[in-house]
Amino acid sequence: MKTEWPLWEIFIRGQHGLSHRHVGSLHAPDAEMAIKNARDVYTRRNEGVSIWVVEAAAITASSPSDKGPMYEPSESKVYRHPSFYDIPDDVGAM
Amino acid sequence: MYAQMVKSTGTGLKSADEMSAEERAFQARIDAGEKIEPKDWMPEGYRKTLIRQIGQHAHSEIVGQLPEGNWITRAPTLERKAILLAKVQDEAGHGLYLYCAAETLGVSRDEMTEMLLDGRMKYSSIFNYPTLTWADMGAVGWLVDGAAIMNQVPLQRTSFGPYSRAMIRVCKEESFHQRQGFDIMMKMAQGNAQQKAMAQDALNRFWYPALMMFGPSDKDSVHSAQSMAWKIKMNTNDELRQKFVDQTVPQAEYLGLTVPDENLKWNEEKGGYDFSEPDWEEFFEVIKGNGPCNTDRLAARNKAWDDGAWVREGMMAHAEKKRARKMAAE
Repeated sequence: MKTEWPLWEIFIRGQHGLSHRHVGSLHAPDAEMAIKNARDVYTRRNEGVSIWVVEAAAITASSPSDKGPMYEPSESKVYRHPSFYDIPDDVGAM
Repeated sequence: MYAQMVKSTGTGLKSADEMSAEERAFQARIDAGEKIEPKDWMPEGYRKTLIRQIGQHAHSEIVGQLPEGNWITRAPTLERKAILLAKVQDEAGHGLYLYCAAETLGVSRDEMTEMLLDGRMKYSSIFNYPTLTWADMGAVGWLVDGAAIMNQVPLQRTSFGPYSRAMIRVCKEESFHQRQGFDIMMKMAQGNAQQKAMAQDALNRFWYPALMMFGPSDKDSVHSAQSMAWKIKMNTNDELRQKFVDQTVPQAEYLGLTVPDENLKWNEEKGGYDFSEPDWEEFFEVIKGNGPCNTDRLAARNKAWDDGAWVREGMMAHAEKKRARKMAAE
């Protein structure tokens, strides 16, 4: 048998971080080992308090060539921004 | 640790007229300082050059563990031993970040490892020099990691996003290593006569190999132009070498040690030191596989890979079994 260990993407929530951030990837035979290795490699200097590992094959990414159709429609929708509405000064802070 | 002789596979610099529309758009993004990401279109030469450079860089981190690992069991104090262990662990981590960056270009880590093991891919020439005394741990940290930092700091701005991000992580730790190395040199240079002589001897042996880490002289570095146009490389080899000498000579003076170069002289006009070139014939021999430790280093890596095969396979088989059991239980 000659199989390469699968690739895992590693996400870590920092000491005071609010959310998990992608920090890198590594190869490991299973999720448990991936967590152990991520602990050793990515939190050696107290970088975080929580680790997520996800097999890279399970991730689907948007494609850069879709940039136009994906994001351009939002540009013409100013009414989604709070600054779009005029609130009279007399009303005060809202 | 660094890749020092990367042949880019482009056919030389193309003018805008010779480029396809895709290539022109790509070059425009590079020129605008945009980062290229894994799913973006890129010229085949760009991809291949990066695989070589990042792969070679990763291999250097891994092979670089051997000359330093050589002294772990013989470190003179417990504190020095713990520091050295931590440093060698860091190098393993750097190798890992870099392999991951290279993998985003569509090559697998096992493929790269096999290319290292059978000599199709290179690693930094510096690790083909032996570490003969404890002072070498100081010289390696101070000079070799110092030269690596000089190379890697500009690479934090390199055009390929994953490589640039890996460099940011690596640089933080690498400057740590350089300080640790200098600290060893300081202790020895200020110690008794024998210790000082050991420090001087280590500097004598590692000075020119460290200068070689920047790669061949610009006039012999035929692939630089394309790598610089693609912003894979940010400075020429000679520029970085000059900067390294200018920074390192005063540090040697502080230690009370002598740089082994009788032509070393401050040049007021250029605002830098004049210095002797390393022996380039030796450099090309080392790169070709004929340095003092090339055979040992590759043999050690091959042995680890071959002897570890049953462990890798066992781990995978165990993971499969657990997965199957979990599926059956559900």
